[in-house]
Amino acid sequence: MSGTLATSLPPEMVKIAVDAYTEPFWQAAKEDRLVAPKCAACGHFRLPPTPFCPECRSTEVSWTELSGRAEVFSFSVVRGVPGLPDITLVAAVLDLPDAPGARLVGNVVDVDPDEVRIGLPVTVQFAPISDGWKVPQFRPV
Amino acid sequence: MSPGDVAIVGVGATPYYRRGGSAPRSIVELTGSAILAACEDAGLSVTDIDGFAYYSMAGAGYGQSMDTAVFMETLGIPEVTFSATITSGGGGSAGAIGLARAAIMAGEANYVVTVMGLQQDRGRLGQVFGLVPPDSLSSFLQPSGLYGPGHLMSVLTRRHMHDYGTRREAFAEIAISQRANALNRPSAIMRTPLTEDDYWNARMIAEPLCLYDFCLETEGAVAVITTSADRARDLRQKPVPVLAAAHGGHKDWGRAFTWYGMPRETFASSGHAAIAEHLYRRAGVTPADIDVALLYDHFTPMVLMQLEDYGFCKKGEGGPFVESGAIRYGGSLPVNTHGGQLSEAYIIGMTHIKEGVEQMRGTAVNQVADAELALVTGGPAHLPVSGLILGRAS
Repeated sequence: MSGTLATSLPPEMVKIAVDAYTEPFWQAAKEDRLVAPKCAACGHFRLPPTPFCPECRSTEVSWTELSGRAEVFSFSVVRGVPGLPDITLVAAVLDLPDAPGARLVGNVVDVDPDEVRIGLPVTVQFAPISDGWKVPQFRPV
Repeated sequence: MSPGDVAIVGVGATPYYRRGGSAPRSIVELTGSAILAACEDAGLSVTDIDGFAYYSMAGAGYGQSMDTAVFMETLGIPEVTFSATITSGGGGSAGAIGLARAAIMAGEANYVVTVMGLQQDRGRLGQVFGLVPPDSLSSFLQPSGLYGPGHLMSVLTRRHMHDYGTRREAFAEIAISQRANALNRPSAIMRTPLTEDDYWNARMIAEPLCLYDFCLETEGAVAVITTSADRARDLRQKPVPVLAAAHGGHKDWGRAFTWYGMPRETFASSGHAAIAEHLYRRAGVTPADIDVALLYDHFTPMVLMQLEDYGFCKKGEGGPFVESGAIRYGGSLPVNTHGGQLSEAYIIGMTHIKEGVEQMRGTAVNQVADAELALVTGGPAHLPVSGLILGRAS
């Protein structure tokens, strides 16, 4: 399988739903900015964005712009999905060093899947999906 | 909970079918047939049934559901005094017997059915998370292409391999040993041996998981009847006492592999550690007392991680434990003696309860000699997950 670079789903196949708590994340992504909700009362980061801080129950959020640096915590190499039998995806769970405790799930792209490992430092980029939104993706630093 | 205050007194099942094979039978007819078979096994009339304790939100696989009033109408059940479900999905299977127990001990029902049936023509297990439109939480997951449960659990598996040196050889052993258990079973879908070559040459679906790490996509129905220890004594079968049942879990596991926010040690686990603690305490037993383990096996690594969470080996040592041959029929802890969901049939956890009952009655196809305690689990999934300890029929 070496030599095939990992990619992401075609934009028209990817749809998201947005609510009042997650919209700031997605609006920032549209502007190629990675942000995370930090509890305004106790400083705890959480992702996905949710109505309450699970540490202190505060509903006040300070949206914090992150550097976009991340580290692969774990990942799967997906060989084919329904309708796209030949696609190769690296789907990764990412630690965010400047939002400790919060994780994102996204594709690591433009990389030989055999080169991806736990601990790999990556950086964010943004890719268009349906309805004018963008999703964060990652590439090796 | 007092160990043995309720008992399982009847089990019934339809034949199992490959995906698409149960047509033209309907989900009502499949589940109704399983309920009638369970009543027959127990020596009850279906008109005695007065409670339903479901799990998986009373869903019947993917895109269909079960309904108590429909069962009453079609089977002629005169009155129901309890009808409830455990939330979320297959994680609640073993725990549904605890829900039945809750109804019985509260005096709200006497003969309680737990039933599951599924057909996969409208939606299949492998695509279950791609079938539903995105919501605000799943939008943080689905764009990555992690469509199916196997995709999702492969990410946990890789972390376990990284943290503890677990090898694919262990997953192969789980798949091959369970296939061996299915070979002599008329009910099993897969009755040809799985070889090392088959395993290692199989298509990778979500690395590190290959085809044989995935369970079957099958169809059919299984029903179980629970009643009080007192009532159980008057029925056809020797009652199988429920020594403990538990469902739930810890926030650190939570939405599990649809969330991925678990702390490092919990991430590479089955999420069952809290359930194990409750079960052993309530039953007054230890892992060393368990004679046969029927562990929910949607994916091979989740069997390995349950072996750790249930204390059959230390955390991180599931790989060497499995590779030692301990889980084979004839090993120190026979696991999934019925072939499990990997090789017999996938009915969302119900075949494990059925096998637990048969082992405790002493009538299992692959009977573990003198088995006195069986562990049955539901889950590893979005909470609640669940477990059950059954005692020898007497």
